[in-house]
Amino acid sequence: MTKAKVAFNWASSCGGCEIAILELGTKLLDLKEKIDIVYWPAALDYKYSDLEAMPDKNIDVTFFNGAIQNSENEHVAKLLRAKSKLLVAFGSCACGGGIPALANTKSRELIFKSSYKETPTTENPENTYPQSKFEAPEGTLTIPEFYNTVKTLEQTVDVDYFVPGCPPVGPQVGKVIETFVSGKLPPKGAILGASDKSLCHECKREKTDRKVAKLVRTYETIQDPKKCLLEQGIICMGPATRGGCEAVCLDANMPCRGCYGPLPNVLDQGAKMLSALSSVFDAETEEDIQKLVDGVVDPIGTFYRFGLAQSLMRRTKQ
Amino acid sequence: MKTVTINPVTRLEGHGKISIFLNDEGNVENAYFQVPELRGFEKFCEGRPVEEMPDITSRICGVCPEAHHVAATKALDALFHVDPPPAAKKLRELLYSAFFVADHTTHFYILAGPDFIMGPTAPKAERNILGVIGKVGAEVGTSVIKHRSDALDAIAIIGGKRVHPSFGLPGGVSKAINETERSRIEEIAKSEVEFAQFTLKIFDDLVLHNKEYMNLITSDMYATETYYMGTVDSQNRVNFYDGNIRIVDPEGKEFAKYPAADYQKYIAEHVEPWTYLKYPYLKSIGWRGLVGGKNSGVYRATPLARLNVSDGMATPLAQAEYTKMYETLGKKPVHSTLATHWARLVELMYAAERMLELSRDPEVTNPNVRTIPTEIPDEGVGCVEAPRGTLIHHYKTDERGLVKNVNLIVATTNNHAAISMSIKQAAEGLIKKGDVSDGVLNMVEMAFRAYDPCFACATHTLPGQMPLDVKIYDKNRNLLRNLRRP
Repeated sequence: MTKAKVAFNWASSCGGCEIAILELGTKLLDLKEKIDIVYWPAALDYKYSDLEAMPDKNIDVTFFNGAIQNSENEHVAKLLRAKSKLLVAFGSCACGGGIPALANTKSRELIFKSSYKETPTTENPENTYPQSKFEAPEGTLTIPEFYNTVKTLEQTVDVDYFVPGCPPVGPQVGKVIETFVSGKLPPKGAILGASDKSLCHECKREKTDRKVAKLVRTYETIQDPKKCLLEQGIICMGPATRGGCEAVCLDANMPCRGCYGPLPNVLDQGAKMLSALSSVFDAETEEDIQKLVDGVVDPIGTFYRFGLAQSLMRRTKQ
Repeated sequence: MKTVTINPVTRLEGHGKISIFLNDEGNVENAYFQVPELRGFEKFCEGRPVEEMPDITSRICGVCPEAHHVAATKALDALFHVDPPPAAKKLRELLYSAFFVADHTTHFYILAGPDFIMGPTAPKAERNILGVIGKVGAEVGTSVIKHRSDALDAIAIIGGKRVHPSFGLPGGVSKAINETERSRIEEIAKSEVEFAQFTLKIFDDLVLHNKEYMNLITSDMYATETYYMGTVDSQNRVNFYDGNIRIVDPEGKEFAKYPAADYQKYIAEHVEPWTYLKYPYLKSIGWRGLVGGKNSGVYRATPLARLNVSDGMATPLAQAEYTKMYETLGKKPVHSTLATHWARLVELMYAAERMLELSRDPEVTNPNVRTIPTEIPDEGVGCVEAPRGTLIHHYKTDERGLVKNVNLIVATTNNHAAISMSIKQAAEGLIKKGDVSDGVLNMVEMAFRAYDPCFACATHTLPGQMPLDVKIYDKNRNLLRNLRRP
């Protein structure tokens, strides 16, 4: 049996997805019998030129983590698409934009100004800003161009499968890789390594259908570790988020922030969460409703924490 | 991690880019180290509820999310003017110690280990974790994986998740631990202490008894005189979780000692047009470019820097290793960049011992782990020692606790100037008359790797090779060589 050729790549992300792969531990060593890792910048020395030199569709499957935030991310995404039979968006950033896509609430110009001029420790009297091409006395220096809008992988190239999570939890990563090794592939576009039901289905907390009169923020109260957080007035993204993570944040007595992304057949995770919220609101008058709505102090950062790039909104106007 | 927006270095994408320019004689005219990524955290966190910052900023870095999570949480304490109960502080530090154990272990065996254990001139094919396992035995490889994984178990018990923990709140942590959990952490910690001792033994056998390596450690090519920064406790001993920031000059004399909240009086950041990462420097000394010495504001914040600014370690086994290191190298501060690896192992010992100490503290199972804030939020600075240096989170909010301003000085960023200098220095020492051998690459990279730069958390992955592009140009600016790390 020939070994499957596998590639891993990260683009704009924190690297946590690579750590999630490491979490396979000794299993990763066993996998080496079944797969050949042919490209993994984090771990092996292959350059872009090696990739370019490969025939098209030479790689069986590429796991791509990270959003597309600069010209290099885009270049590598296109290159890997051409060289791979299957391309998998791995982790929240590749699937939905992830935390980096919160940059879509600001413009490139504002981000540069903040980083290189306004932050209090920055001393930049000459208004120097990084340039994608700079003529140094000794020669030309280049860095990738920073984009104004963060995109998902699918908004950049055709994607075959999606593995959500920030990062995907260890046991799920193992199963996903097994799926590809086994060759029994689901239909194109499938979401792997996650449940088809909401996180609430795997959350062990007690639910009573209690209605909420007021939203509270995590720091304002001590959360009862046994009861549904939403019923305690804490915004928990569980009802609008795919399960599969085993509700680890809930076990830590913290709410779900939605990293496993929208449920099947849901176009917009935030819209779904709004409807879930309205079903637990105990509001009779317009004032009641206003009070509840005022409790959502940051709708974008709450409802689209990990998925702004794939939401209907995608980005805000500057 | 960069401050900022830049992603802190962290992920700077796992790429570092180095361009080396040669002059007419074929010697190094200049070498540029570039960081090719920016993500914009300082700006896009504006408007977010500040209590979410530990969750959001942990995504600056997937290798050291605990550092950002805990620094952010401490910033929240300050911003809400709330003092967490003792058990909460201890749980945070316990998780943090476990994190240092995992991180330093990974770095030594997977990243730095190949150079130390196989030797800097070993064939490329052997200079990786698999080579290491081949030399020291497969059971060691399994042991590394187990001890790293166990430390992550301890992190998950306290913080919920193995990657990107979720437990920090202003005034405490989200949940207490019970006796069963405590005793599991104690069991892990005991084993980590033994593993740290074992690791130091390997280092002693294979490095300290290897003349070639010791010559490299003490060679001028890898020595850079700079200021040093690190956090110390009330007795000037190394502390990762809390204390005052202490800076010493290149002669080891105390230059400053201050609470983290005063960081702006001491640190400023310089911008260059050819890289996305800024260069922090000592404000009162000033930016003099990429040069070392007493008149340049360049400082380092690394495991070696922490040992250089401190008077010792707070636990007995680590203290013994500390004494041994300075006695062997014969001076303090130690300027050799490569000694950073040794310092990292002294810290590994301390982290494991501290983890064990805290796991045995009866207070850690106290159910009281939250103080609910009662004051209006305004501004706060949180600081910890990340494995790669001092990490500062600084937030300002409106009266509803929505973020107005963020400033981040991220661990590796502190060392940006020094990393650039070390690379150039190594290149100058190795490239003569246009003679560029493949061996140059690894030797140049060794200067880089000692910092464990989180540009590439990649460095933390099997088999431990960091993608690094080195381009070498001749006097006509034609590309002579394009080397990649093996």
